Amino acid sequence: MKITEKDVAYVAGLARLALSPDELTDLTGKMDAMLGYVDKLNQLNTDGIVPTAHAVPMANAFRDDQVVASIGAAAALANAPLGVEDYFQVPRVIE
Amino acid sequence: MKTRYETVIGLEVHVQLTTATKIFCGCSTAFGQSPNSQTCPVCLGLPGALPVLNREVVNAAIKTGLATNCRIAPYSIFARKNYFYPDLPKGYQISQFELPICEHGWLDISGEEFDPKRVGITRIHMEEDAGKLLHGASAGSLVDLNRACTPLLEVVSEPDMRSAAEAIAYLKQLHQIVVYLGVCDGNLEEGSFRCDANVSVRPVGQVELGTRAELKNLNSFRFIKQAIDFEVERQIELIEEGGKVVQETRLFDPDAGVTRSMRGKEQAHDYRYFPDPDLLPLEVSQDWIDEVRAALPELPGQKRQRYEEDLGLPAYDAAVLAAERPVAEYFEALVAQHNHPKLCSNWVMGEVLAAVKEHDVTIASCPVTPALLAGILKRIEDNTISGKIAKTVFSAIWQSGKSADEVIAEKGLKQVSDSGALDALIDEVIAANPTEVTEYLGGKEKLMGFFVGQVMKASKGKANPGLVNKLLKERLQQKT
Amino acid sequence: MSVPQLTISDLAKQLQEQKTTAMAVTRQSIERINSTDGQLNAFVTRCDDAAFKEAAAADVQLRAGSAGPLTGIPLGLKDIFSTKGVRTTCGSKILDNYVPVYDATVVERLRKQGAVIIGKLNMDEFAMGSSNETSSAGVCRNPWDRNHVPGGSSGGSAVAVAAGQVAAALGTDTGGSIRQPAAHCGVVGLKPTYGRVSRYGVIAYASSLDQVGPITRNVEDCALLLAAIAGYDPRDSTSVDRPVPDYQASLNEGVAGKKIGLPREYFIDGLDPEVKRAVDAAMEVYRGLGAELVPVSLPHTDYSVACYYLIATAEASSNLARYDGVRFGVRHAGAGGLIDMYQQTRSAGFGDEVKRRIMLGTYALSSGYYDAYYLKAQKVRTLIRQDFTRVFAQVDLLLTPVAPTAAFKIGEKTDDPLQMYLSDIFTIPANLAGTCAMSIPCGFDAAGLPIGLQLIGKPFGEGEMLQAARAFEQATDWHTRQPSL
Repeated sequence: MKITEKDVAYVAGLARLALSPDELTDLTGKMDAMLGYVDKLNQLNTDGIVPTAHAVPMANAFRDDQVVASIGAAAALANAPLGVEDYFQVPRVIE
Repeated sequence: MKTRYETVIGLEVHVQLTTATKIFCGCSTAFGQSPNSQTCPVCLGLPGALPVLNREVVNAAIKTGLATNCRIAPYSIFARKNYFYPDLPKGYQISQFELPICEHGWLDISGEEFDPKRVGITRIHMEEDAGKLLHGASAGSLVDLNRACTPLLEVVSEPDMRSAAEAIAYLKQLHQIVVYLGVCDGNLEEGSFRCDANVSVRPVGQVELGTRAELKNLNSFRFIKQAIDFEVERQIELIEEGGKVVQETRLFDPDAGVTRSMRGKEQAHDYRYFPDPDLLPLEVSQDWIDEVRAALPELPGQKRQRYEEDLGLPAYDAAVLAAERPVAEYFEALVAQHNHPKLCSNWVMGEVLAAVKEHDVTIASCPVTPALLAGILKRIEDNTISGKIAKTVFSAIWQSGKSADEVIAEKGLKQVSDSGALDALIDEVIAANPTEVTEYLGGKEKLMGFFVGQVMKASKGKANPGLVNKLLKERLQQKT
Repeated sequence: MSVPQLTISDLAKQLQEQKTTAMAVTRQSIERINSTDGQLNAFVTRCDDAAFKEAAAADVQLRAGSAGPLTGIPLGLKDIFSTKGVRTTCGSKILDNYVPVYDATVVERLRKQGAVIIGKLNMDEFAMGSSNETSSAGVCRNPWDRNHVPGGSSGGSAVAVAAGQVAAALGTDTGGSIRQPAAHCGVVGLKPTYGRVSRYGVIAYASSLDQVGPITRNVEDCALLLAAIAGYDPRDSTSVDRPVPDYQASLNEGVAGKKIGLPREYFIDGLDPEVKRAVDAAMEVYRGLGAELVPVSLPHTDYSVACYYLIATAEASSNLARYDGVRFGVRHAGAGGLIDMYQQTRSAGFGDEVKRRIMLGTYALSSGYYDAYYLKAQKVRTLIRQDFTRVFAQVDLLLTPVAPTAAFKIGEKTDDPLQMYLSDIFTIPANLAGTCAMSIPCGFDAAGLPIGLQLIGKPFGEGEMLQAARAFEQATDWHTRQPSL
């Protein structure tokens, strides 16, 4: 086994996904199969190979420090599931 | 007991930059606007929106890096720091992780309570700020994303400081530098300059570091000192009682003056940093670095040194004048027009700073400009007015904006240096004070001051005090 | 002739000669959708009212003589493009009620050129799928055989074009999501070079692989629509500031003397014999047109799927973190606190395939696994790119099948994600290498399902690739066949 249910549960926590026991079992099996498959990459020696983050080599894209009109609070909150006045509201965060 | 332990402090400072717009979008960074009014698809993290880097943020990072003796990386990248929080719209913060823009810098610090030392700067990187969470009376928490995506520099020091005093000296110097560079407004209360302190203790002589606590919510230099002092005491006591310091984040409570554990309220951190595919690598050429370096203002340390060595000012004067960039600029503009540094220094540190404080204006907007003040100093040195009258002239210029010569002419403040006119006054004074004359002639020479004062008074302050002195001596001599 | 038969260039000609009006064309398009979409389910959201308004405006332009080649042309958009005021779901329940406040750059460009946006097209949820079976709007069906999938993730886009509902459509391609459905539906689909077309406003799946492209009835339309959307966009840091060539001007230059590479790793045992037969026939066509066919090797091809599924899922796990129920989308919250709200929202809002990919990607980036999975995949990506660089020093283009088989049956692969992933083996490498590639119709299997031919071009070699595609199209009539509906 490449991955255990405990690992999957940990990852689900990071990803903020709640999994039922059945989902956990099913996902563990499918992730295990996938991780078993991707293991084939280890057949390749990649010592000294520079990783590719962008397929087309590029650098330095900038914008000028010029203010562009904002969309305004009404538009910002147009899709908010829950808004109070001009704020987004979420369940209380304990600090 | 305390002396058996050594304190080790490393600091992480978040410097909020004074760019007009956010780091990855064109929204304004102005402070105190109505909630969520300064937002757009990018800083709201709407589906499909993409970040584009503000060039000015890179310039600010290079400036700060050069001013803190860092190596500017020719190649750096942005990374995503992944975690969920309602003030973080995209579910990740764009920051730099591996390959930050500045590394391997240092600041030299000194103070009365410790020997001068060098504090290492591990790295400086660019990142975006999060939004603001409000916990009001309502059942939930409220989210304002105006601050989201505001540009920050995170300046990370080496754990090189050994006391709160050293930490404060480092912070004040860093603060002075970023304000001098104009990259930060330096406002601690509004959070423009925020500090987290990593504090640990270890028995003297031990090489490995003790377990550290990260202190947060330190929004004044005083609180930073209090928090560090409290934390050091706490850790030593804990160890002495046989306990163990745990690695954790602790919030400083300024009302109680204590730090409190945030334990239990934090999730396990696994930030899954990886290079942000939406942003390109940043390549900074030597030309770019040279250009920024050439445009760098002279920094406070360099100014202090120059004021002492080239202008011959006492160390105290140099430190006061160099501490704030607008004061230094005023002083230098004044010296440029009136090349008597010590006289200039006396006036800037005295009359100018006092008046600016009294009228609650900035030195840059002081109505007595360096040119106008130079006009006053010129008339002091050519004996047109006395130093005392000069203060009257200064006040008059503050009110009217007129030149020193205009004020002197209008108010008839010109010093009397005509011996004929003074002779009459001297005669009057001698005649009116026969007892003092006798005593003076009997050897009580310090009465000269009394006679000079009387003549000055009679002239309404306009008599040239040097000349009065000379003439009085001659006339009294004749009495013998 | 009505919209079902007409191409953009035919329609533009008729419109400009005032033989028809944009209003009439729009009405025909909508009527076609009304009569066929019940069987196909290509559309997620219709914009009939807005479309008529746009058509009216286009007619003003046409009468004024200030129309361009897209003025009044009915187009469809994959539901992944942010459209101001028009619901954009990305095929997900989590965005069921999401109405964007801004237009994607490509949408803005199409609008400016007078195109009529007919509606938003079905797709796999968050573009994660090869069959259009993961959509919250339900499966979309292949017009050639409605028991078969149309391919994915831009299934709705390929179907709408193949079925004559719109003249052309835009899709996105992360690992084959334009080319594979185009092949399965018998239409033309092109994935441009990474950076050629702006991604601003395109809901991200895997940012370093995603690219927007056209799905059309023929190669000429493909060139035209690509030209309309391509070019530098200062709002996308990864868009390339490089002039867009006049693709149409060079379209008919032919392939005589061109070297076309045949990568041996693409002609493998798993390749369906009927697909192989069609591709072999296509080779003969090219030989006949004067091209030189050269055997080449892309040795790391077999690692592409593994490499892709690590990189794409890692990026996706981060890209999909913003679906948290705070600022937009459907929130599910019970009595629990903040974390409970996040978990319920995301668990209820995402489908199984999306969850699987988020999980795999999160794992690949998590503490202790980054080097072994994500970084390793990025290094292998370098090797795959180098394969292409090496091969393009020898040949001008590559010729391969698009998919190992024609469209499979609905439900056939849903229980075995890995088998589904492996069906993208021929399309994924071009995304990893960042280069351009396209699919053109090259035949049918015995069951009457279309087969696609893939051409892979050099980076920014869209012009040369389109020429080769055009030459093939002129020598064959596969692209003129239409499904009966």
